[in-house]
Amino acid sequence: MLETIIQQGVNALQLGSYYSLIALGYCLVYGVLLLINFAHGDIFMVGAYIAFFCATAFLGHYGLIDAGMPGWIVLALTVPLTMLLTSGVGIFIERVAYRPLRLKGANRLYVVITALMMGIILQYGNLSMLGASRKAFPNLVPRVLFEIGGATVTSLKLASIVTCFLVFGLLQWIVTRTKIGMAMRAVSYDKFAVPLMGIPLDIVIVFTFFLGSSMAGLAGLLYAMNFPVLDPFMGALVGWKAFIAAVVGGIGDIRGAFIGGFLLAFLEVFVAATFSSELRDLISFTILLGILSWKPTGLFGKPRTTKI
Amino acid sequence: MKKSARVLLAMVCVLLFAAAAGAETIKIGFNIPLTGDIPKVGEMAKQSAEMLKEQINAAGGVDVGGKKYMLEFVYVDNETKPESAVNAALKLIEGEKVLAMVGPMGSGRAVPAGEVANNLKTVMVAPWSTNPKTTLDRPYVFRACFLDDFQGPVAAKFATEQLSAKTAAVLFDVAQDYSKGLSEFFKKSFEELHGAGSVVAYETFTTKDVDFSAQLTKIIRTKPDVLFTPQYYNEVPLIVRQARELGFKGPILGSDSWGSAELMGLCGDDCKGQYFVTHYAAAGAKGATKEFIDTFNAKYGQIPDDVGALTWDATNMALAAIKNMGALSGDLSKDRDSLREAMASMRGFEGITGTMSFDGTIGDPAKCAVIVKIDDAGEFTYHETVCP
Repeated sequence: MLETIIQQGVNALQLGSYYSLIALGYCLVYGVLLLINFAHGDIFMVGAYIAFFCATAFLGHYGLIDAGMPGWIVLALTVPLTMLLTSGVGIFIERVAYRPLRLKGANRLYVVITALMMGIILQYGNLSMLGASRKAFPNLVPRVLFEIGGATVTSLKLASIVTCFLVFGLLQWIVTRTKIGMAMRAVSYDKFAVPLMGIPLDIVIVFTFFLGSSMAGLAGLLYAMNFPVLDPFMGALVGWKAFIAAVVGGIGDIRGAFIGGFLLAFLEVFVAATFSSELRDLISFTILLGILSWKPTGLFGKPRTTKI
Repeated sequence: MKKSARVLLAMVCVLLFAAAAGAETIKIGFNIPLTGDIPKVGEMAKQSAEMLKEQINAAGGVDVGGKKYMLEFVYVDNETKPESAVNAALKLIEGEKVLAMVGPMGSGRAVPAGEVANNLKTVMVAPWSTNPKTTLDRPYVFRACFLDDFQGPVAAKFATEQLSAKTAAVLFDVAQDYSKGLSEFFKKSFEELHGAGSVVAYETFTTKDVDFSAQLTKIIRTKPDVLFTPQYYNEVPLIVRQARELGFKGPILGSDSWGSAELMGLCGDDCKGQYFVTHYAAAGAKGATKEFIDTFNAKYGQIPDDVGALTWDATNMALAAIKNMGALSGDLSKDRDSLREAMASMRGFEGITGTMSFDGTIGDPAKCAVIVKIDDAGEFTYHETVCP
């Protein structure tokens, strides 16, 4: 019995690490711009595909480099490259889709709709470019099985969980301890006064998208390594769930997104483990709904007063 | 300038005339998943159908009562979604005015689309749909494969006799008619063999899930001898891999939905050594089956999977019935009705996946199942045939 609980706990930690990594991206952008970037789940999908193409290119599939590079070097090269390229995609979307609206002073609602459209463009752009067939992510590092207290866990799962905690620590440090983090919080507080204080608004926003999208890229890579069947719509459902997790945690607060992701995963896994798995989403989302109606701003959220 | 325009106009007229003169065509619609969860299935079906069309049109078309008709195939994507399959059926039957419809492939789409085809009194031949509900009480709906109430017991018997299983676990997608139906048949017949409770775990998930660790952990704690999972090729690799990572060492048994040409590309080493029930085995085929495989392989550079073979058979069977009609009246609803009669009285049709006959009451042929082993080279090798 205890073994089962430990095993399910490990399962939940692994699933939660993806939700958390994606939720962190939602949360950063929302925290700074008060914009719900609905394309974020699809940026995560793009990240998984970028990781796929990086990894296969380094493995010598396209004849760019000679095959025979050891898997761990490929991984070590794929991680930063994926994060960089995915953040490029995020920044590009901000530049072409969100910034023009922001400069014209459009209502936030229109920006959110633009984000939804951007997500659909990414999905169907991928579908038309790469076709509907699934991509199989290559095995980069040998899978090692560990036994911890009767629970089996793979090296990859451990890596996902540890990465998620590290990323959370890093983001928390950036936002609360660095100058750019202070600027981000300032922009979040008052977007109109901040430029008057000599803070370059656009740079802060680009940096936010850089951070959020690189986390989505990292999540995409880890996800693809653990669930190695990629398809153009893989980001949609995970993205929504992560978004809900971010809201329940209190969107706009990094701790909220982090905790929210794990909370959702624990609910899902333990509901599936104790009740019938058919009831998983029904029960877990009902509980989340209960949390929201008890605390509408989420676990860590603070109510904001509307400024005139 | 003016002269050339006149010449062009004349050429267009000639072309139009030629088209009108040669307009004696038979239109068949294909309701297939070209995108969505199982795009490989749609691709395979389309390739197979195109090959058949080219062969027949190159030989001058289909001969119906001494008159030659060219074939025209219309492909509509059903996105692997039930609602889109219904729309695709409506589009083909009402919009494109097809004589008959081939597809949808999987039961999740074939069951709702069959309702449409039957209501609109149009013959539908489902090549790959094994759920009994597809053809039940639907005189216009036929299929080219065996049923899940046959496949389920075959899998249960195989698990018992060859994998010496006394307990089994099932993991399936509760939102798929096909997976749900087949799991029920498997559970029923396995428990008939080993007594109630011998299916020690019966776990579900829903379409689009990728993390099965909670369900698999539950399954593994019950220590089943075999895991049966009637899922599609996009889910099987994840299930098999996660089961192994969570420490399951027993055999994993699959159903005919495993048999896609894309399975091994996605699954890799994890699927090697596993067995599944299917419609035909490409390796070691003889006669017409071998000829089909060789032609397909020469044309597309890959071995056709069971979807390709069954689409070939389903389309060919519809064409054979059209030939048996004697003549086409040109009145679509009358022709559709007489095609239904010709299909229902089809006896001993020699397909490449087996011989098919309809008894006139229901559109289900009695066919044998093949059990295939995935060998160490990743090939689907023939293991045994089970006949009803």
